[in-house]
Amino acid sequence: MNAEEIQGWVDAANAAFKSATNLDELKSARLLHSGDKSSIAGASRNLGSLSSEEKASYGKIIGDAKSAIAQALAQATQRLENERDQKMLAEEVVDITLPVRRAHRGGLHPISIIKNDIADFFVEQGYFVEEGPELESGWLNFDALNIPADHPARTMQDTFFVEPLESGMVLRTHTSPVQIRTMLTKKPPIYVICPGRTFRADELDATHSPVFHQVEGLVIDRGINMSHLKGTLDNFARYMFGPDVTTRLRPSFFPFTEPSAEVDVFFNGKWIEWGGCGMVNPRVLKTCGIETDEFSGFAFGMGLERTLMVRHGITDMHDIVEGDLRFTRQFGVGL
Amino acid sequence: MRAPLSWIKDFVEIPSSLTVEEISKGLVRVGFEVEDVIFQGSDIKGPLSFAEVLSIEEITEFKKPIRYVGLDCGEKQTRYVICGATNFKVGDIVLAALPGAVLPGDFAIAARETYGKTSNGMICSAKELALSDDHAGIMVFDKEQVSIKDDVREKLQIDDVIFDIAVNPDRGYALSIRGVAREIAGAFSLKFSDPVEKLRGLTFEKTGEGVQPKIEDKDAASVFYLRTMSKFDPKAPTPIWMKRRIEKMGMRSISLVVDVTNYVMLELGQPLHAFDRKKIKGKLRIVRAGKSEKFTTLDGQERNLDPQDLMVSDDERALALAGTLGGLYSEITEETTEIALEAVRFNPIAIAQNSRRHKLSSEASRRLERGVDPSLAEFASARFVQLLSEHSTAQHVESVSVGEPKFPATFTINPTHISSILGFEVSNAQIIQALQTVGCDIDEKKWMIDPPSWRPDLTNASDLAEEVARMIGYDSIPSNLPNRPIHASLTSIQKRRRFISQFLANRGFAEVLTFPFTNQKTIDDMGFVGPRASTYALANPMSDENPLLRVHLVPGLIEVAARNISRGAQNFAIFEMGLIFRSAKKLETFVNPVTGSRPKDSVISQIFASVPEQTEMVSGLLVGKKEVENWQGKSTDFAWSDAVSFAQEILELCHLDFDLKRSDLAPWHPGRCAEILVDGKVVAHAGEIHPRILSQYNLPPRSSAFAINLSALPESSLVRPNRVGVMPAAVQDVALIVESTVTALEVQQALMDGAGELLESINLFDRYDKIGDGKVSLAFTLTFRAEDRTLTGEEVSAMREAATDLAAKRCGAVVRTA
Repeated sequence: MNAEEIQGWVDAANAAFKSATNLDELKSARLLHSGDKSSIAGASRNLGSLSSEEKASYGKIIGDAKSAIAQALAQATQRLENERDQKMLAEEVVDITLPVRRAHRGGLHPISIIKNDIADFFVEQGYFVEEGPELESGWLNFDALNIPADHPARTMQDTFFVEPLESGMVLRTHTSPVQIRTMLTKKPPIYVICPGRTFRADELDATHSPVFHQVEGLVIDRGINMSHLKGTLDNFARYMFGPDVTTRLRPSFFPFTEPSAEVDVFFNGKWIEWGGCGMVNPRVLKTCGIETDEFSGFAFGMGLERTLMVRHGITDMHDIVEGDLRFTRQFGVGL
Repeated sequence: MRAPLSWIKDFVEIPSSLTVEEISKGLVRVGFEVEDVIFQGSDIKGPLSFAEVLSIEEITEFKKPIRYVGLDCGEKQTRYVICGATNFKVGDIVLAALPGAVLPGDFAIAARETYGKTSNGMICSAKELALSDDHAGIMVFDKEQVSIKDDVREKLQIDDVIFDIAVNPDRGYALSIRGVAREIAGAFSLKFSDPVEKLRGLTFEKTGEGVQPKIEDKDAASVFYLRTMSKFDPKAPTPIWMKRRIEKMGMRSISLVVDVTNYVMLELGQPLHAFDRKKIKGKLRIVRAGKSEKFTTLDGQERNLDPQDLMVSDDERALALAGTLGGLYSEITEETTEIALEAVRFNPIAIAQNSRRHKLSSEASRRLERGVDPSLAEFASARFVQLLSEHSTAQHVESVSVGEPKFPATFTINPTHISSILGFEVSNAQIIQALQTVGCDIDEKKWMIDPPSWRPDLTNASDLAEEVARMIGYDSIPSNLPNRPIHASLTSIQKRRRFISQFLANRGFAEVLTFPFTNQKTIDDMGFVGPRASTYALANPMSDENPLLRVHLVPGLIEVAARNISRGAQNFAIFEMGLIFRSAKKLETFVNPVTGSRPKDSVISQIFASVPEQTEMVSGLLVGKKEVENWQGKSTDFAWSDAVSFAQEILELCHLDFDLKRSDLAPWHPGRCAEILVDGKVVAHAGEIHPRILSQYNLPPRSSAFAINLSALPESSLVRPNRVGVMPAAVQDVALIVESTVTALEVQQALMDGAGELLESINLFDRYDKIGDGKVSLAFTLTFRAEDRTLTGEEVSAMREAATDLAAKRCGAVVRTA
């Protein structure tokens, strides 16, 4: 045993490890060149039989050789493991664009989305959201709103009545009875919006539905005037239709407001009728027990279907009411 | 309401610089929506001529009558044209469009060969010139009215601009040229000449005994003018200018007497009715029908009168449905020589009721039910006498009136209120000017307002604020935000509703909003019975198909699912949130207190209580496969368990503890329906839909649904979480054999109760029901954990045994040994 012989073992091991083309060949080479039966292992075992001088010098040589072999082995192992991994990853390539199996796509109805959106807009400005029943007392739906018994709106062509007729119960024709309920039960200042489902005896066609939705707003406070109505609507219109839209008030008539107005929005190059509004008629305030010397208020109302159709370019009401999944799913859960 | 510009100009001096577009904008600004502007005559070009019919050659060899007509158009030679109409004779004056003319619809007239002749023009009907929709024949004119030398466009006033405007119900006065003209004058600060001023003080000589008026029902009419005329020649024609104005208003010329009544109504707004005087026996009375009898109106329809109908009657019989439509018996005919003209200020409600009871909306009723200027009964009837005398031989006999016009009451205002309502500074001078423009008289010292006779709607400062704003322009109103409160929020119930919807949408449900209507067959098909089947019926449903209010959401979801399936959808989940209307209580008689002051609290409570409770529900329907099947292989079907799971998840979302029990309730499968209880109260059902219903609606088998009564859910309490344990967990499996009638939940609950507080979780990891003897094997994993220490083997075994002991005691569970 001499140093050259030992270096020969190291070289042989190095060469064998380098020439191994896979981990199995490397394993055989490892057993041969650094296993228990290898020459270097034998030399290491024989160290004990040497003189202390020889032990010191050969011990170092053998130790260095062992670590050189181990290093070579580690390098070869890493090389071959890398090769193996590369091969495996290459074999596992998939067509990542394949259409994958998914759970069904859900979504909120666009009317719910826009209703929530409007509610959030007004809640942020200090308005509460009030609601009420859909089957409603005729007194709250009509009389209290200054719509007397002989008013054309109260005919069967416009309003759904419920049997027996003496009950005066109707499917609410607007969400205004919620305003009356609020004024009868809460003290001003009142800042509320009333979204909800409403009913009119119109045939279903491209622009009308017997069942539709409205959002109304009501403000009763000290010193409320028509400029506050205009400002609130301007703000609301910009939120709904974009920062550049302008609104226009036109004189109109509603029994429950005086002065009354139609509010139009200039959107996509033309004036769109959006809703009705006005200062709450003092007679309505008095019916609800609100001091007209101290308080005044404004109210406005618009159709959610109409707002949705205008804003999103929906041309047929049927899409909104039929519940076809292909329509609703396009909206997801937000706008 | 139509309004021809040429007629408006009778009462307003409109400068030529004012364009039609500006006038339209002005009308909109003062509150009259312009629905259409018709430029009459703009689509008629080229030569038109009046022509005298010189000869008619009937050509008979064709299927329809054809005439070869010789016309004198004032030319050197006779012009020959082919004509298919037959309502004219030699000597008549007709209107011919000559070659080169273009009629509405780009209809070019040229000389052409037809029916073996050369036709050098066309004889026109009114419809062909778009003058009226009368296409009964060609236009035939009276020689005394039209000469062939007359200019057609001028004589027939063809060139005109007609505004078609929407009139709000509070502005009945604007259903007249007088009213519209006043508004245009107001919109542009132009001078308005009220046609009524010329009628004031107009009197007619009494030449005999006329018919006498009587108001029997004082509530139904305030003032009644009755003017009798005689010596009328029924052959007298309507002047062409009058006929043309009536046509421009969308009505038809009928006869001179009827035309004058209509003309005056259109001009001033007061409906008039002319009777054949010879048919009237005794007085003319305004009276209720009093009994149910047959009555034939002048449209030839026999109607059944209601005792409450307001009539104009004589001593013997009903002659007209007051303010709505005349009777056939006393109508003006070609023999009428004596006329009784009725002009009444009717109570709008009485006319509205007449009109509605008979589903009869006439030009008269539309005006009367909005309220007509009470001074007009006198002036409009005078205008009738004036016009008829002018254009016929008719002679005034006698004018008699009963009753007094009721004018709007005066009131005082504080002018500063106008500014405080509108939100910008309006000077007293501006207020006065605006109010005078709309016709008010103002005592400026006391601010006493005397509204004009045609404005009964002006009663307080708010009403006047609208008038002032209209005249100044709504665009003067500035844009300010109110000094609103700094905080508001959704209520916890509103938030909960949103979370549930959002959760379902995120989990693959598409939301639908169905009409809340149903029918008895659907209710029966679903198997609803008792209180769950009873609901309210609409008195006037859109159709007989769905006359009832819905009692549940699942039927609507099933119908939407069926519609989607019919359009090709196969696998999906849908949900709806909304109200249902079970008629737990009988509806009481209308609580209807007077308005204008707050009703007593007890009455308000009574009104609120009269409205039946309407339960809010959320319901989901699961149809077909859980996922879309594709190249990745089969997907599993939705099943009862998915419906139950979604119901549970929703309750967990709301932090509510619940129990689950087996149930048997429509519309679910009787063996696959769970009920879910919160605080011992059933709040939800879930499971597979009854197979009979699924097959009836062509839904795939195993489609499942849940329904949660949101109104029954208590408010969520504040969450008080446990500490999170970090010591190691000990896991124990137990297998138990029980009778199959015992529910897994009962066993699980027993294990949980028996295991004690250190049980962290429990999971049924296996269920085997093929062991026979009506028994099932249930295998649970129990996970124990203590907050403060590692549990010893002895402790864990003891807890497991305590758990199985309680399961044995409560459920007869036997521990299965391997």
